[in-house]
Amino acid sequence: MGRKLLLEHINVPGINTLAVYREKGGYRAVEKALKTLTPDDVVEEVKKSGLRGRGGAGFPTGMKWSFLAKPEGVPRYLVCNGDESEPGTFKDRYLMTHIPHALIEGMIVSSYALGANTSYIYVRGEMMPQIRILERAIEEAKAAGWLGKNILGTGYDLELYVQPGGGAYICGEETALLESLEGKRGNPRIKPPFPAIAGLYGCPTVVNNVESIAAVVPIVNDGGDEYAKIGIGRSTGTKLISASGNLVKPGVYEIELGIPVEEFIYSDEYCGGIANGKRLKATVAGGSSVPILPANLTLKYANGEPRLMSYESLSEGGFATGTMLGSGGFIAFDEDQCIVRNTWNFSRFYHHESCGQCSPCREGTGWMEKILHKIEHGHGTMEDIDLLWDVQRKIEGNTICPLGDAAAWPVASAIRHFRDEFEWHVKEPMKSQSTNYGLANYANPIEKKPEEVKES
Amino acid sequence: MLKVEETQPVEFSSALLAKFDEIVKRYPEGKQKSALLPLLHLVQAEYGWTSVPAMDKVAEFLKIQPIEVYEVASFYTMYFLQPKGKYVLEVCRTGPCCLVGAEKIMNHIEQKLGVKEGEVTADGLFSWRGVECLAACGFGPVLQIGPEYTFYENLTEQSVDQLIDDLKNKDLRQ
Amino acid sequence: MSDLVKVTIDGITVEVEPGTTILNAARQIGGDIVPPAMCYYSKLKGSGGKCRTCIVKVSKGSEKDPRPMPKLVASCRTTVMDGMEVLNITSPEVLEARAGVVEILLINHPLDCPVCDQAGECDLQNLGYEHGLQKTRYEFERRTFDRIDIGDKIQLHMNRCILCYRCVFTADQITDKRVHGILNRGDHSEISTYIQAAVDNDFSGNVIDVCPVGALTDKTFRFKNRVWFTKPVDAHRNCSHEKCNGKVTLWYKGDDVLRVTARKDQFGEVEEFICNECRFDRKKTSDWTLEHPTHISDTSVISSNHYETFKPLPVIKENLALQEANQRELEKTFKI
Ligand SMILES: Cc1cc2nc3c(=O)[nH]c(=O)nc-3n(C[C@H](O)[C@H](O)[C@H](O)COP(=O)(O)O)c2cc1C
Ligand code: SF4
Ligand code: SF4
Ligand code: FES
Repeated sequence: MGRKLLLEHINVPGINTLAVYREKGGYRAVEKALKTLTPDDVVEEVKKSGLRGRGGAGFPTGMKWSFLAKPEGVPRYLVCNGDESEPGTFKDRYLMTHIPHALIEGMIVSSYALGANTSYIYVRGEMMPQIRILERAIEEAKAAGWLGKNILGTGYDLELYVQPGGGAYICGEETALLESLEGKRGNPRIKPPFPAIAGLYGCPTVVNNVESIAAVVPIVNDGGDEYAKIGIGRSTGTKLISASGNLVKPGVYEIELGIPVEEFIYSDEYCGGIANGKRLKATVAGGSSVPILPANLTLKYANGEPRLMSYESLSEGGFATGTMLGSGGFIAFDEDQCIVRNTWNFSRFYHHESCGQCSPCREGTGWMEKILHKIEHGHGTMEDIDLLWDVQRKIEGNTICPLGDAAAWPVASAIRHFRDEFEWHVKEPMKSQSTNYGLANYANPIEKKPEEVKES
Repeated sequence: MLKVEETQPVEFSSALLAKFDEIVKRYPEGKQKSALLPLLHLVQAEYGWTSVPAMDKVAEFLKIQPIEVYEVASFYTMYFLQPKGKYVLEVCRTGPCCLVGAEKIMNHIEQKLGVKEGEVTADGLFSWRGVECLAACGFGPVLQIGPEYTFYENLTEQSVDQLIDDLKNKDLRQ
Repeated sequence: MSDLVKVTIDGITVEVEPGTTILNAARQIGGDIVPPAMCYYSKLKGSGGKCRTCIVKVSKGSEKDPRPMPKLVASCRTTVMDGMEVLNITSPEVLEARAGVVEILLINHPLDCPVCDQAGECDLQNLGYEHGLQKTRYEFERRTFDRIDIGDKIQLHMNRCILCYRCVFTADQITDKRVHGILNRGDHSEISTYIQAAVDNDFSGNVIDVCPVGALTDKTFRFKNRVWFTKPVDAHRNCSHEKCNGKVTLWYKGDDVLRVTARKDQFGEVEEFICNECRFDRKKTSDWTLEHPTHISDTSVISSNHYETFKPLPVIKENLALQEANQRELEKTFKI
């Protein structure tokens, strides 16, 4: 059994209440940090832990914190990113539903480390039940003296508020989130300046994912060095993986970074294999934005070595043969799933969620969706596949925020690895409407390193 | 573009205004515009949709221009700028849910309710629409119903039938 | 002045104030190496970064950190560093990417230049001519919006809008009260007032001048004439509005003032914003003190003064329906 730091007590009845959470050792980190550590000590522990942002980009949290500008007389803010809208990702909802106090404890310790006296948890509006849960938990914590003025008599003040979103994936992007929190349209800001210099209300701000913040609790309790012992290489600690798709046991799992992908999919401790006795065709390993991989490249590198669940291992081989850990949204496709249809579905998502600010993303995502719709419905031509490749290239790397890239990558990788299936839709338009391309050779052992497909 | 005459003028209740006041206190002095999204949620919960007169009132309350409210309300998908059924069934239509049958569920809802996506049933009770990923992919297919966004997971055609019938009955009893 | 920083653009070096953007540094050099800017407007705070036509390649970050930047950057929102080296028209990568942006800007554009009042002074038309493909690869129905009325002075053609946000910034920063804005999201975004309301206050007419395309045009000028048949003359009057200095360009056809606009600099930006009274209500020569004919760049289609030399977009050449519209429009114009 892998170690559990975040979900250890998830099944304890009443763990969503302060009393039970406290019984299980909750709020120790607040006592330790506020009473025995300076804010800089906490930052130092987080740096030592090697914790990397769990929201998708994987940026080292300790380093991000140390970039925060600290001008005299200007408030600083910590904003927790609970917008969780990346298809395939549902770990933050799980955490907030079941152990809300873990997030609140993390927010107190992190706010203390950053010198913030007002912090916000931005939760997507659709998660109204979770918003209520958090609000109730905050009330409890406040009544017990963990929040408010002069916490534990240390002189540290903190107010914590939950802010609902209004329904927009783009508000997960940190600067769009800040705009939204300021009551505006969720248009990502043009950077620089970065939030660490000018964020919420123009003040220095740190934005962190729910899971990143919650992970600060065990880091403070056990020390950064202890945390860094878990995991592999620069992928330290544990990670929540949201497993969905055609799995025997979909759900949220806490893994020690570095377990083999094969173990994650097939062992009974985790997903228990592919549902209904079918075979694995493909996976999207880190949320819809990361490249899709065929089964063979999911389990092994191009050179045949096993692939592991870690930031480095999942991206081994670059985009030619690898993918990314992203936010940890692991989607499994069985042999009966159509990659073209799924790619169309994802591109519809990005088209729908583009904020519309910059032209390549605003116009390009819609164009891709239309071409994919055409191919999926049996009206495509071979030129359409090339055009699609060309359009995604025009978007990638040429937009204000990474949503443009996130829209381009799934399309690029689907063409890169599943071109046969796209061509089959063109050549067999009638057949493709009633049957599936099936597993084909996507699970076959890899014989040789596939040569690099066109540079993007 | 809406015609203003189509909607009744509104007057916010003192209970609602008290909630507004409390929310505005969460933000620093002068940053009351931050309250816009939460306020619009409250308005929609109260009236079932977000009408122009209501938005104008919110603008007045927050001391901002009405267009700033329209811009925001039309950007986010949760605010209904047209009246909807009393219960709006929002079904996730994104990839992971489709892998486990979301499309079938949507077809079933369309048939069961007898209205197309976005339309309102004759009795004014139901609307439905496909929405993007609801962050519950492991429990799909899923749907939610406002204003509290109650969640229904692992949907089957039977459980959807049951849900719709329950809502109808509940409404009869009220 | 040791404070200045040195930046080299397409091999030409210039010294500029720290904090200057690449685009403005390029404007100081001038000529062909200036990236086209559809959304940036030096007089509007916060503008730029959206259209992506001004992208350039930074081949050397700075003297201190010579690494190139990994992606192309928007020159209008990237500040220069000392020793930075930038490639614009000398980089095939930039030109290709820019052509891509232009193609993308045009996929949903109605291509109605023949009937558009902006034709001849449209940034998109110029760009399309320089970078456009011979044929559009977009085969789906073009997006259209319902036509809405935003008052008796300003005409909105949403189908032509490229969502540069300039008019929104203008309304925010130049006028007292903004009544129009951007509604909806993604490629459904549109400029609108949402409810029926007129965009009408002292300075609202400036949105016409900042609009890079024909989405916002002067209703009092509409269809009266094609710009290249009019003669621009700089003029001024003693305007009583405290924020308006009354310096304008009058657009003449024969003895009639057809249109009044603010004066524009070589980059197409207004020199100073003017009030609505000067723009819409002063159309008699006697209202004005004439200065001299406006200098118009030789390359502008306005200067050619003749429709034959007006260069339609390459896509129009391919499209029969548009050609016909072109022809009809031409005949109509000759009758006037
Ligand atoms: C389009 C887009 C959507 C994103 N959505 C989320 C999200 O839902 N939740 C999240 O935590 N981070 C999201 N991110 C990443 C955030 O921008 C940011 O990197 C993150 O919140 C930083 O926190 P971390 O360092 O703790 O990961 C998104 C980024 C982009 C570009
Ligand atoms: S890339 Fe897309 S989502 Fe991001 S700012 Fe541009 S239009 Fe908006
Ligand atoms: S109407 Fe003109 S100025 Fe306004 S956003 Fe559209 S293109 Fe820009
Ligand atoms: S002018 Fe720079 S992005 Fe538009």
